[in-house]
Amino acid sequence: MDTSLFIIQTLNGLQLGVLLFLVASGLTLTFGIMDLVNLAHGSLYMIGAFICASITLWTGSFLIGILLAIPATALVGLAVEMTVIRNLYPRDHLDHVLATFGLILCFDTLVQIIWGPEGIAVPLPKWMDGQVLLPGGVVFASYRLIIIGVGLAIAAGLYFLVVHTRIGMLIRAGASNRTMISALGINIKALFTGVFAVGACLAGLAGMLVSPITGTSIGMGNEIIITAFVIIIVGGIGSMKGAFVAAILIGLIDTLGRSYLDDVFKLVMNAEVAETAAPALSAMLIYIIMALILAFRPQGLFPPKTR
Amino acid sequence: MTADAMAPILRIENLCKSFGGVTATDAVGLEVLPGETHAIIGPNGAGKTTLISQLSGLLMPDSGHVYFKQCDITRLAAHKRAHAGLARSFQITSVFMQMSVLDNVALSVQARAGHSFHFWTPARTIRKLREPAMEKLEKVGLQDRAGDITSSLSHGERRQLEVAMALASEPDLLLLDEPMAGVGTEESARMVDMFKSLHGMTMLLVEHDMDAVFALADRISVLVYGRVIATGTPDEIRSNQDVVRAYLGEET
Amino acid sequence: MSIQQTEQSKPSSAGPGAASRSGQRLNAERIITLIILAALIVVPVAAYYGDARYWVDLATRLVILSIAATGLNFILGYGGMISFGHAAFIGLGAYAVGIPVFHSINDGFPLIASNNGFLHFVLAMAVCAVFALLTGAISLRTRSVHFIMITMAFGQMTYFAIVSIEKYGGDDGLTIDLRSEWPLITFDHPLVLYGFCLASLFVVMYLVHRMVNSRFGMVLQGAKQNEERLRALGINVYNYQLTAYVISGIICGYAGALLGNFTTFISPEMMDWTRSGELMFMVILGGVSFLFGPLIGAAVFLLLEESLSRFTIHWHLPFGVLLILSVLFIRGGLSGLLQKLGGARDR
Repeated sequence: MDTSLFIIQTLNGLQLGVLLFLVASGLTLTFGIMDLVNLAHGSLYMIGAFICASITLWTGSFLIGILLAIPATALVGLAVEMTVIRNLYPRDHLDHVLATFGLILCFDTLVQIIWGPEGIAVPLPKWMDGQVLLPGGVVFASYRLIIIGVGLAIAAGLYFLVVHTRIGMLIRAGASNRTMISALGINIKALFTGVFAVGACLAGLAGMLVSPITGTSIGMGNEIIITAFVIIIVGGIGSMKGAFVAAILIGLIDTLGRSYLDDVFKLVMNAEVAETAAPALSAMLIYIIMALILAFRPQGLFPPKTR
Repeated sequence: MTADAMAPILRIENLCKSFGGVTATDAVGLEVLPGETHAIIGPNGAGKTTLISQLSGLLMPDSGHVYFKQCDITRLAAHKRAHAGLARSFQITSVFMQMSVLDNVALSVQARAGHSFHFWTPARTIRKLREPAMEKLEKVGLQDRAGDITSSLSHGERRQLEVAMALASEPDLLLLDEPMAGVGTEESARMVDMFKSLHGMTMLLVEHDMDAVFALADRISVLVYGRVIATGTPDEIRSNQDVVRAYLGEET
Repeated sequence: MSIQQTEQSKPSSAGPGAASRSGQRLNAERIITLIILAALIVVPVAAYYGDARYWVDLATRLVILSIAATGLNFILGYGGMISFGHAAFIGLGAYAVGIPVFHSINDGFPLIASNNGFLHFVLAMAVCAVFALLTGAISLRTRSVHFIMITMAFGQMTYFAIVSIEKYGGDDGLTIDLRSEWPLITFDHPLVLYGFCLASLFVVMYLVHRMVNSRFGMVLQGAKQNEERLRALGINVYNYQLTAYVISGIICGYAGALLGNFTTFISPEMMDWTRSGELMFMVILGGVSFLFGPLIGAAVFLLLEESLSRFTIHWHLPFGVLLILSVLFIRGGLSGLLQKLGGARDR
C-alpha cells in the first residue's frame, strides 16, 4: 500500500471529520437540550456558504467573507428560531420533522431565488491556496490543513465552553436533564435561542469553510444533515464529546472506505464483483455503522451522564 | 377442594431486599387467604412499594420466596405473573387515553384470551370480549361512561377503570397499589363502596388512607422498617400496642 | 373523531347525546368521502374522453401515492411508529418490476427475467416483506427519535445500494420498456391502469380498515398510546409492531410496483429521504389515523404541487410555508380540520 497516499486520505478524512463536527455539534446541542429534531440545520450550513461566497466575491477577500457571514448566519438562525422553531419545542418529534422539512423547502427555494440555480465557486486567497510538504515527503493542500486546524481549535474552544464555564454547565445540565434547568431559574427561552444561534453559526462556518473546495450548491445542506444525524446518534444525543469522536470516526471511515474498500474486497473476491460491491458498501458504510450502534448500543457511544 | 380452600393464595416467606446498606424488606412473611381483603399499611418509607414491586415481578428479592397458588413465582417475569392470575393496578394511573372506556377493558380481556393475531373480525363486535368487559365496568360502577373517551374521565374514574382492567384479566389475586392516592374525598368514598362490592375477590391492598383500610380489610399487616410487626383483624390491629406505638401514634 | 373512533361508540351503548353526535360526524365524513370517491371515478374517465390526459395521469399518481400513504398511515397513524424510510419500499417495489423486465429484454438472470405481472407484484411484495422484516427487527428495538433515524438510515442504505448498481442504471435510473403483462387487461391503456390502481386503493383501504379495527389493530393502537401498560397486560408488543411494519412495507412495495408501471422510468431518486418526508407529510396533512386521511393528504399535496408549480417555478417556497403553517396551526390534519369546521369535534 502506498503510504503517502494513505496519509493524504487519512488527512482528508480528518478534514471531513472536523467539518462534520462543526455541523453535528450544533445539532447535538439543540437535540440534547431542546429535544428538537431540526432537519433544517443543514440549511444553515448552506446559507452560511452562500452568504460568505457573495461577500467574498464582492469584497475580494475570503476572510472578510467569513467574518461577516458568521454574524449574518447567526441572524438568520435567530430569525428562524424566533418565528418557527420556538413554537416547536412543546411539540412531538413528528411535528419537528415536518415543520423543519418545510423550512428546508423554503430555504432551498429562497437561495435559488436570490443566488440562482447555479452554485458559486469561491476563490481562495493566494496564501491559502498552496501545498505544503509534510514530514515523510507527503504533499498536502494547505487549505485543507487550515480547515483541520480551525476545526480542532473550535472543538477545543467548545470543549472549554462546555466543561469550564457556567453557560456550559447549564448546557450540560440541560442535555442530561431538561427539567433541571428550569428548576435553576434560568431564562430558558433566552438560553434556547442562544444555543440555536450558536449552532447556526457553527453549521454556517462549516459551509463557509467547505465552499472553496466544493463550491456552494443548493441542496448541499441536505446531504450533510443526514450524515450529521448519523454522527450524533452514533456519538450519543446531547454529547459534545460523542459528536467529536463520532464525527472524526465517520469522516475517516467514509473517506478511507471509499478509497480502500475495493482493495480489501479484492483480497477475498474476484475483481469484477469487488468493483461493484465496494462502492455500494462504502456509500452505505456510515449507515451500517449507525444501524449497528442503534441495535446494540442505542444510547450511542458517549451518552450524556444521568440521562 | 375443601382442603385447598383455606390454603393461602399468596404466601410470602422470609423475603429480603436491600438497596446498598438500606434494608427495604426485612424477612417479610405474609399469607393472603382466598376471598379475603388483606391490607398492608405502614408509615412512609416502611417498604410497601418495594414489597409490592417484588410481588408483581418488577423487582427481584435478594432472598426468600413468594408462592402463588402453591407455585414458587419468586423469579417469574412480570408478564408471566399476569398470565398466572396475579393482576396489579398501578399507583400511577396507566390506561389507554385515546380509546373508549369499554375498549380499555376489552383490550384487557383480549390480552387474557390468548394471542391477538386476528386481523379480520372487528374487535368491537366480539361479544366474548365486550360482554365480560361491560360486566367489569358495571362492577366498578363505570357502565354509564363505557362509550366515552378515556381522557375525559376524572382522576378517580380512571382509577376505577384501572381496577376494571385488572378484574378483566380474571385474576386470582388483585394487587392494589394505593388505589386511593390523589383521589378527592367524595370520589374516595365512592371507591370504598366499589371495593366493598368486590368483597369476596382476593385482594392485597396497599393504602395510606386509614379510613378506607379499616372499612375494607378483613386482615391487616403492619409494615415498619421493612418488617411485619403485626397481622390481624382491624380490631386486633387497633388495639395492638406495638402498632399504636410505631404507627398509629404518629398519626393522632 | 375518526372513522374508527366513530364506530367505537356504536356497539358501546353510549348515551343518546353521544349517539347523535357520532351521527353528525358520520354524515360530514360520508359526504366528503362520497365526493372524493365520485371525483376519483368521474374525473379521469371524463378527462380521458375529453382528451385531457394530464388529469388521468395526475389521478393515477394520486391514487398510487394514496396507497403508499395508507400503508405508512397503518404504522404511523395507528401504530405510532414514525418511519422515515418508507420511500425505500416504494423504490424496491418499482425495481421489482424494472429488473425482471430489464432481464427479459436484455437476457441474463433467467430466474426472474419476465414480463409477467403476477411475478412482478409478488416479487415486489416479497422483497419488501423480507426487507421490512430484517430492518424492522432491528429498528423496533429502538424508540422515539432513534426509530426515526434508524429507519431513515435503512432507507438511505437502499438508496445508495441502488445508486451503485450500474447494471440497472445506477444514478441515472432505469427505463422500463414493457409494462407488467396480465391476462385480459393491459396496463398500456391509461384508463385500465388507472382502474387497476383505484381498485387496488379501495382494496388496500378496506384491508387496513379491517385490520385497525380487529384485535390486532386494538393492540397496535394500544401500543401507540401506552406501550408499558400493554406489556403489563401480558402482550408482547414487539411481535405485533414488527408484523404491522412488515404489512406496511408490503403495501408500499405494491404501490411501488404500480408506480413503476405508471412512470415507466425508475431511479434511486424515488427512494431519497426527502421522498420519505413527502410521504410522511401526506399522511400528517390528511390527518393520522383517519382511514381517508392519506387519500385527502395525497390529493391536497399533489394539487398544491401542480397548481403552485404552474404559478411559479419557485413553488417549493409557498409549499414549505404551507407545510410549516399546517404543522403549527392545523392539529389533527385536514380531516380533523374538516370536522372542527363541521362543529362535530368534542375537544
